[in-house]
Amino acid sequence: MSTRQQTPARERLSLRQRIAGIVGQGYAAMVIVILYVLLASFWLISNPFSTIAYLVFLSSLLVIYYFPIATWAKVALGLLVLGVVMPYVGTLNQGFLDVVTQAAIFVALALGLNVVVGFAGLLDLGYVAFFAIGAYLWAIFSTPQAANIIPSLAQSFPLAGGWFFVFLILGVIAAAIFGVLLGLPVLRLRGDYLAIVTLGFGEVIRLLANNLNRPINITGGAQGITNIGQPPLFFAPVLDTLNINTSAGATYRMYFYVMALLIVLITIMVARRLNDSRVGRAWTAIREDETAAIAMGVPLVRMKLLAFAAGATFAGAMGVLYAAKLRFISPPTFDVVQSISILAMVILGGMGSIPGAVLGAALITLLNLRILPDFANQLVIWRRAGLPIPEGFDPVQYQRLFFGLVLIFMTIFRPEGLLPERRRRAELHDDEEQGSDEGLVQDDQNLVHPDVGLKS
Amino acid sequence: MAVKAQAQPMVSDRSSLGTLRQVLAPIGQILIFVIGGSLLLGTIVVMLALALQAGQANLLNGVVSVLPLVIIDGLVLGFLYATIALGYTLVYGVLEFINFAHGEIYMVGAFVGGGLGIWLASQGLLATMHPLIFVVIAVFVAMLASGLLAVGIERFAYRPLRGAPRLVPLISAIGVSLVLQDLVRLIAGPARFNLRYPTLNLGGRIPLFEMSTAAGTNLRVSIDNQSLIFIITSLLMLVALNYLINVTKLGKAIRAVAQDRPTASLMGINVNLIIALTFFVGGALGGGAGVLFGIKYSTVNPYIGFIAGLKAFTAAVLGGIGNITGAMVGGIVLGLLEAFVSTYLTLFTNGRLSGPDYASVASFLILIGILVFRPSGLLGEAATQKV
Repeated sequence: MSTRQQTPARERLSLRQRIAGIVGQGYAAMVIVILYVLLASFWLISNPFSTIAYLVFLSSLLVIYYFPIATWAKVALGLLVLGVVMPYVGTLNQGFLDVVTQAAIFVALALGLNVVVGFAGLLDLGYVAFFAIGAYLWAIFSTPQAANIIPSLAQSFPLAGGWFFVFLILGVIAAAIFGVLLGLPVLRLRGDYLAIVTLGFGEVIRLLANNLNRPINITGGAQGITNIGQPPLFFAPVLDTLNINTSAGATYRMYFYVMALLIVLITIMVARRLNDSRVGRAWTAIREDETAAIAMGVPLVRMKLLAFAAGATFAGAMGVLYAAKLRFISPPTFDVVQSISILAMVILGGMGSIPGAVLGAALITLLNLRILPDFANQLVIWRRAGLPIPEGFDPVQYQRLFFGLVLIFMTIFRPEGLLPERRRRAELHDDEEQGSDEGLVQDDQNLVHPDVGLKS
Repeated sequence: MAVKAQAQPMVSDRSSLGTLRQVLAPIGQILIFVIGGSLLLGTIVVMLALALQAGQANLLNGVVSVLPLVIIDGLVLGFLYATIALGYTLVYGVLEFINFAHGEIYMVGAFVGGGLGIWLASQGLLATMHPLIFVVIAVFVAMLASGLLAVGIERFAYRPLRGAPRLVPLISAIGVSLVLQDLVRLIAGPARFNLRYPTLNLGGRIPLFEMSTAAGTNLRVSIDNQSLIFIITSLLMLVALNYLINVTKLGKAIRAVAQDRPTASLMGINVNLIIALTFFVGGALGGGAGVLFGIKYSTVNPYIGFIAGLKAFTAAVLGGIGNITGAMVGGIVLGLLEAFVSTYLTLFTNGRLSGPDYASVASFLILIGILVFRPSGLLGEAATQKV
């Protein structure tokens, strides 16, 4: 521990402060950001199938976020990148637009899990269950499947596409109710028990989805549900008058892209407001020290339930959107690896940090959908060139390995995440920032730490 | 550190008779739960059959005729969960940490045993060997491999995180578990994803007893050798573990570390070494269970560890986590319950509900129920939270 105390103060500056130190606050930063955004956009538009150009283009969002420029400029540039350039690239290469839509769905999920895990410190390993609830809710009622449940109203199913927006709200409500139902029995449990129980809950929901095709066919069983309804293209007349003729598929792709981004924007706003609210402070108190929080009058049960419900709502809404976008869902989508991949996103970005959750979700989705497949292709090329790469090795098949390595290395080497929340950063680097007196108190727990443990 | 390693008295009795009693006492407890659980569940299904008899002809007869098989299946499943649960409970007792990767350590043991079997068969050694000798060798090799793996995991993934907030090592453990699944898959390759154990000629079924049913047919009840080996070996493991923890000096050190780590280190106990050894013992038990599973069910795959680990954790909680006999008892209760649900749910609903799937649902509901109503488990003592 003595070696750590001498860490120079410079190390503790955040990346943003360091960048500000280099480029200054003035026009230089603005010029660099604008140049970067424009160059990256032009590169991608001229090479719409290059993954590297795509990654450079997406990283312009990070540049916008990090560089010290005025907030209005950040908003305007962000709008330019996501609202103008990205849709245009989508007309050139649909795959890239889909990746962003997918990433947006996972960003919302990561933000929701971040409320539970990051804000309130309740480790939820069955989070994808809420996603499944939203998805199945819309899937069942937008297909003839619902007629099996309510035979008396059989002729009114499947519901028309317009109900989608109602179900977006219903998905939120249903997920919140399930969040409370799960929360009620497990509130008395300590953190690690809670993790296992939520894991079990996730498995139960998946097993139910897999088995509720008998005796009444509700969920379609292992085959899942196909031909899920999509929201109506209410803006089609506008497109016609503007004389834009695109295929229905392309229109829907753009439609879901915009909707996913809008939901992400709303979730970011909600998460930020929640974190800064009285509730958010209560969550922080619970996370830091439950006993002390009770002593200070924090209503523990209500706050934990609220955390569960609030986290679940994000997943419920995204589940409805996901089902409508893919038009097909089946139980394997909602298995535990999915839950853990969302957890990996939160951990990678930094628990409790909203920009962190966004970054983590975007990185892992990109890794899954773009970087790993490209790497697999590259491996095939290398193998043909004679490099010793085993025949059956396909990185796309080894997602678990990558998620696992992310979790291990992040917890050991950077537990505060890539974009740490301020408070957690301070907490995890406690011994560096405070004097040696505080360090002594810490030693009580660290007695067997390899650095300071008694060696016999 | 409020949780004790086990419920036995901490001061060990020096007389040999006392030692013997202490080591063998859990077997009595387990017997009570085996018999009591079987009787209770058997009575419940028979009553249900009587109640539902009006709807289905021959229901009672069907229920009674499969009952002994269900009990034996339940016991095998129960001892499987119990042996894995011992690893959870040992590590939890010492570190208060859920070793999430323990299910995967068990899976690695199953693969090591199977790989050994295939290698021996390819060398032509397996045919010349008595099958029981192979079982013993495979169990020992797998125990060693799994134990060393557990020590390695502890050294590289958990030890750097000791003293961090509680959830941090748990997340690292989840990572380890995912990495192990895919590493084994990578090493086994697609051809060996479903690893088949070589067939062992262990002889036929051993008849236990005969009984005549109301319908006039004679019902022969027998047990297969694999199940018998399974049950006997896991009982031996329990006794050995009990001996290790309660009688040896190492066991005393483990208990001391479990009770109070800083004080134990002041008493000259090498805490890091003891924790590593605890992981070794827990991992070895898991590896042994893996081989036994492979011999009994003949096929293993890299994903068997996850659900088995979850169930075993349920068993450990059911019995009272941190309590060795509790883990055994919890495993047996859970195994019996699952076997009953998976057979009789299908039978009673005429195949409309798939029993095995709902058996998993039932065991998770039990986990939630036990945590809500009796968090200390069947045999555990109430642990108070220290401030």
